[in-house]
Amino acid sequence: MVGNADLFVNWARKSSLWYLLFATACCGIELMQAGASRYDMDRFGAVFRATPRQSDLMLVAGTITHKMAERVKRLYDQMPEPKYVIAMGSCANTGGPFYKDSYCVVKGVDLIIPVDVYIPGCPPRPEALIDGIMKLQKIIMQRKNYGAKA
Amino acid sequence: MEAQAIFDTLQGKFGDAVVELQGEGFSPAFVVVAPAAVKEVSRFLKEDPNLSFDVLMCLSGVDYKEKFAVAYHLHSLKNRHAIGMKVFLPRETPSLPTVDDVWPAANFQEREVFDLFGIAFEGSKDLRRILLPEDWEGHPLRKDYKYPDFYHGIKI
Repeated sequence: MVGNADLFVNWARKSSLWYLLFATACCGIELMQAGASRYDMDRFGAVFRATPRQSDLMLVAGTITHKMAERVKRLYDQMPEPKYVIAMGSCANTGGPFYKDSYCVVKGVDLIIPVDVYIPGCPPRPEALIDGIMKLQKIIMQRKNYGAKA
Repeated sequence: MEAQAIFDTLQGKFGDAVVELQGEGFSPAFVVVAPAAVKEVSRFLKEDPNLSFDVLMCLSGVDYKEKFAVAYHLHSLKNRHAIGMKVFLPRETPSLPTVDDVWPAANFQEREVFDLFGIAFEGSKDLRRILLPEDWEGHPLRKDYKYPDFYHGIKI
């Protein structure tokens, strides 16, 4: 019985991944492209929200500097549970081209907030982003007892 | 006007405050000016009708290891000519007068030079860091800058 309820709750959650429109660099252009009609992320129930308080998913699309890091953390804290994070592109994963010798870029957004799915690429194509969202949907379907986290 | 003619005009007006002309390898050529005379020379460059340099194209800092420099690229829309102006500063407590009352566009670029090189612009309207956080320590584009290990608990 609880299993079926889990199935229903998880299905509802994975089918309405409203993402925070949060683009800090060129990955944001690919994100916009993926949200527009040609790649059409709406069909996964993923639509963008302009406020963290209505978002389930934070798509970190772009380079995070140390000045931005505090804002990222604050936006993440403002999102209601259950919440998920996708790190999109090399900069959000590891610092990317700024990894070796930069004083101002955070070497991976996972130093600030927990990340569920990493999408490599510089920037990733919209297909890769959609694949990342489908991976996140698979993760959500494995949750038990209405848990936000596995 | 050619660079040499501009240099001669400036030297005739300001004498020793205009030190030399760096023409070789530079386009446009650079007029080297003493730090104390920057504002007067700038105002003259802008307001003299034969010069009338009304656009400050670029204001940048340079670290030569033993000294700093601030370079100004100027262009005249009316007379269609360009010139560079360069000021050499000592490594210890580098400072020079601001030119943001001559060209208002200088303010943001002076703030950037202040932020990344630690060169102070005396009399500036608003001299704050522009790119880095307010509480950042040091000036990263200096050649002797040492990276901090952490910033607000995040590894650098």
